[in-house]
Amino acid sequence: MKIRAVANNTFKEAIRDRILYLLLFFAAVCIGFSRVLSLLTVGDENKIIKDVGLASISLFGALMAILIGTGLVYKEIDKKTIYTLISKPIHRYQFLLGKFLGLIFTLFIMLLLMSIIFLALLFLHTYTIEWAMLVAIFFIFLELCLITAVAIFFSCFSSPILSSIFSVAFYLIGHLSWGFETLLQKMKPGVGKILVQILYTVLPDLENFNFKTEVVHHLLIPSKVLVYSSFYGIFYTLFVLILSMLVFRKRDFI
Amino acid sequence: MAIALEIKDLHKSFKTGFIPKRKKILEGISLKVEEGEIFGYLGPNGAGKTTTIKCVLGLIFPDKGEIEILGHDYLSLQAKQRIGFLPENPYFYDYLTASEFLRFYAQLFSLDKKEIGKKITDLLSLVGLNQSKDIQLRKFSRGMLQRIGFAQALINDPSLVLLDEPLGGLDPLGRKEIRDIIVRLRDNGKTVFLSSHILQDIEMICDRVAIIVQGEVINQGKLQDLISEKILFTEIILSGIEKKDIEGLGECLAGDGGRILLKVFDEKKVNDVLKLVQEHKGKIHSLIPRTETLEDLFVGMVTQQ
Ligand SMILES: Nc1ncnc2c1ncn2[C@@H]1O[C@H](COP(=O)(O)OP(=O)(O)OP(=O)(O)O)[C@@H](O)[C@H]1O
Ligand SMILES: [Mg+2]
Repeated sequence: MKIRAVANNTFKEAIRDRILYLLLFFAAVCIGFSRVLSLLTVGDENKIIKDVGLASISLFGALMAILIGTGLVYKEIDKKTIYTLISKPIHRYQFLLGKFLGLIFTLFIMLLLMSIIFLALLFLHTYTIEWAMLVAIFFIFLELCLITAVAIFFSCFSSPILSSIFSVAFYLIGHLSWGFETLLQKMKPGVGKILVQILYTVLPDLENFNFKTEVVHHLLIPSKVLVYSSFYGIFYTLFVLILSMLVFRKRDFI
Repeated sequence: MAIALEIKDLHKSFKTGFIPKRKKILEGISLKVEEGEIFGYLGPNGAGKTTTIKCVLGLIFPDKGEIEILGHDYLSLQAKQRIGFLPENPYFYDYLTASEFLRFYAQLFSLDKKEIGKKITDLLSLVGLNQSKDIQLRKFSRGMLQRIGFAQALINDPSLVLLDEPLGGLDPLGRKEIRDIIVRLRDNGKTVFLSSHILQDIEMICDRVAIIVQGEVINQGKLQDLISEKILFTEIILSGIEKKDIEGLGECLAGDGGRILLKVFDEKKVNDVLKLVQEHKGKIHSLIPRTETLEDLFVGMVTQQ
């Protein structure tokens, strides 16, 4: 109930942020642009619309999560609204959880809007609703949950600009770290391999959430992989959230 | 009398500067606030009043010391359930309207839905914001923010209310209204802890005070015990009499329009002045005996430190 009240308020705040609509607008433009691209390039038109559309949804979703997520907690402390809030009977972890859920709900709505635009565009082209796309979008949502948790984690102890930089770094590393996996396969056993293995385990691998190629090419995804990716997302998010709570538990609000 | 708030040997320091250096802010604050009283927490700017209150609310963590609220540990939800707090520079969620804001905070106390609606209406009319309940807080003036801040502090019908500069930013009428509300809170059995440096306000309503200077409580007690009832001097404004005739009776300052302001330090001489004025067929415009005020005490103590 208390968490819901905070989440509700966070949603009200986020949904009134102009930056959200700016990003939504650009996402729509990009999705629309995919249609133009498909006309200009040779090859499967459908494929290009899907490729560009899904990539836009994923990228702009991540930007929304980072730009809003890094400001949420910081603003409460900076503007001192947290003084009266924390003096009410609410635990600090409940506050953080409320913030997180409020933003997740906002992102869910945004993702929904982008998906509707995307599917509608696709429908105009193929005259079918491609439900398979939703699998990719679901995993984009899981990725956004993780990124939101990371953005909130950084904003528990640093300014929005710094947290944004950290979060973007997390995003980029997360999407490039699969390179280590290929590297691992090529390496001979030894100290080097162990080091790379450790690095790969510690660093996030956001490619786990990337099923764009599979759905675009109508490839069958083994259910084992789906389950693994879901759990990876859920547990990584929980881990980062718990870390945030620990950081937040003993900090002075000054 | 039960104790509403007890602070024992509270210490707090902040790290400041580029190369962090510990700066001591509170150096062993101890005080007891009894249930049902209005307790004034006085001190010059930067004495550590706000810092103390932030410690009590669990916004910052003291280096050392104990705090107990209404018999509970100060960080427990039971304690928070029964306190209200008004911060010194009220700033709230500016995208919410006044009633949305109060509703949000009411939900944190798990109040009944029906109860909440009534509570909000009552509080808004108590602080005189009935007309503005659907206005976003960003459009509120400083004084209106102070009022809505006061309303949110009372949303849970708290037993102990902590007010940091509750009369700041209010016009004279507003100050009187809030003072009246504070007194009414006490009359309804609530305890009020308020910090201020506006002494007249405190003098009018506080039962007991603590004076804090540079992070230390240098005096606390009943207001009557702290300031003596002794008359310091009597101020008489009179006219129709020559300045030189009364010069020996007290300190004489000539005012406008033939009026003379006379400060008489010896009580017995007041009668002599009155007699003299009668003889000369002069006129007394005012006669005010000045007792020691909180201000005298305060200035005395702070300068002594
Ligand atoms: N975050 C902080 N870092 C460093 N010093 C601080 C911090 N907050 C407060 N101080 C210092 O602590 C001292 C006490 O501040 P505090 O706000 O408690 O004073 P106050 O008694 O409330 O004063 P006022 O009457 O002006 O409100 C001041 O000297 C202030 O500079
Ligand atoms: Mg202060």
